[in-house]
Amino acid sequence: MTPHPAATQAGETADQKPDPVTGPDPGPVTGPVTGPVGDTATGPVDGGATGLAPPRPGRRIRPLSGSVTARTAWTLRALSVLGPLAAWWALSASGAVNPAFLPSPAAVWDAGVRMAVSGDLWSDLAASLGRIGLGFLLAVLISVPLGFTMGALPWAQALLEPIVGLLRYLPASAFIPLLIIWLGIGEASKVALLVLGVVFFNTLMTADVVRRVPRRLLEVSATLGAGRPRVAARVVFPYALPGIIDAMRVNAAAAWNFVVVAELIAATSGLGYRITRAQRFLQTDRIFAILVVIGLIGLTIDVTLRLLRARVGRWSA
Amino acid sequence: MTLRLEGLGKEFVPGLPVLEGIDLTVEPGGFVCVVGASGSGKSTLLSLIAGLTRPTAGRVLLDGQEVTGPGPERGLVFQTASLYPWRTVAGNVAFGLEAMGMPRARRDARVAGLLDEVGLRHLAGALPGRLSGGQQQRVAIARALACSPRVLLLDEPFGALDVQTKEDMQVFVRQVWRDVGTTVIMVTHDVEEAVFLGRRVIVLSCDPGRVARDLAVDLPADRTLADKRSTAFLALRVEVEDLVRAEHRAHQARV
Repeated sequence: MTPHPAATQAGETADQKPDPVTGPDPGPVTGPVTGPVGDTATGPVDGGATGLAPPRPGRRIRPLSGSVTARTAWTLRALSVLGPLAAWWALSASGAVNPAFLPSPAAVWDAGVRMAVSGDLWSDLAASLGRIGLGFLLAVLISVPLGFTMGALPWAQALLEPIVGLLRYLPASAFIPLLIIWLGIGEASKVALLVLGVVFFNTLMTADVVRRVPRRLLEVSATLGAGRPRVAARVVFPYALPGIIDAMRVNAAAAWNFVVVAELIAATSGLGYRITRAQRFLQTDRIFAILVVIGLIGLTIDVTLRLLRARVGRWSA
Repeated sequence: MTLRLEGLGKEFVPGLPVLEGIDLTVEPGGFVCVVGASGSGKSTLLSLIAGLTRPTAGRVLLDGQEVTGPGPERGLVFQTASLYPWRTVAGNVAFGLEAMGMPRARRDARVAGLLDEVGLRHLAGALPGRLSGGQQQRVAIARALACSPRVLLLDEPFGALDVQTKEDMQVFVRQVWRDVGTTVIMVTHDVEEAVFLGRRVIVLSCDPGRVARDLAVDLPADRTLADKRSTAFLALRVEVEDLVRAEHRAHQARV
């Protein structure tokens, strides 16, 4: 079979089909030739071919690529926070729910101010921040080099990915009893929980980012005389850095969760500990105030890492 | 510098050679264009010369020395500019010189000279993302030239550019070649480009890629775009085009 030459031969020798434009409308050359003729030519042909009715000409197709104006976007963002806040306020003001279960926004504010004035809030905040600071630093120091190695060297990938991929599925919270047995109820077990909860995810995500460095870039670097250490440090690392920070940002949220979880179980300080204390005295206003603080700290961590990423990754924008 | 390919062959899948029995000697300062249909293994050929791929048969010799890996004496430019997007234009050009360990002052002077040569001095501090496709390729060529390569390997370097920019770049690369005097081996699927640029055009066959024809281009050394309309140019172009088309048809019939 030689389909191509045969086909072109046939195409050249066969009778030309009547031109759809000039054929049925030989009259006024100056008239609107393409519009109506094009419609009548394509409509029935398509319908016949697919067995469907010809597409309605006026049908409006809205592509899924529309954007909103900056003003609309900001209005919606404000609504996203203010809407639930208003609903909370309305629900507690209506008196439908016992304030012991759902305190009003004002009561929560007062509770927060009281804790701030007494100094409890600050010491708990410092304790929690110290734990996430140390734990997350350790997790990053372990996972980034490990993930980088896995992403850059196929043998390291083959060696480490199965075990890291497996460990990732073991819920870190399930290790709490074991960690307390091994490390006691002091700082070590809380930091260890945080590290366990973050390190495997961050390793795999870092490896993924590193693996995405274009092969062409690595090849060109080699032809410019750069050996493997230089390519790793001067090409792979700068290329992957914005993505590595992205991975850190996602996992920082998990780290912050694990700090609070660890403090809920066994602690004598920290925001999680403050929640369990408030629970004993049914101080839901305090619990709410601490939840708000936890949320705000999380937001701050996120925004900080976003800014860092935007700065480091200016070139990729 | 003499580049010799001796019985060069490559099989990615055993029993299915992409390239086979390539024997070629490239004279110093030559400009060789390799054309061939898709599937003729022309990019693989360049990859073998660059040392990024190891041959399964034969060898590549540079001044009698066997090529066993990539190195700065064989500069490479790909179709899509593989620039370092976080480095400025000057930083990109400096990459190979840094790897060489050239002191800062000499490096800066050399980078400035190269940016003059490629006409991008005013963009020295710009990031690649801000450059046009043609400008990016100029940076890629300057970066490869920085290491004073004995051979410059161009892998369809203008394939992604619009027609006008492509012609500008053809004139540019010819000028650079005459200024620098390095040997250039360029792979392209654009026959007109090959005949315009090359002093020699190699046509590769398909399945496996072999040297189907080795043509000397008897056109004036000083070529302008107007020469693309001369009878001698057109005759050569038609000859090469027919060869490439025949190979393409044969390849299509086999797959």
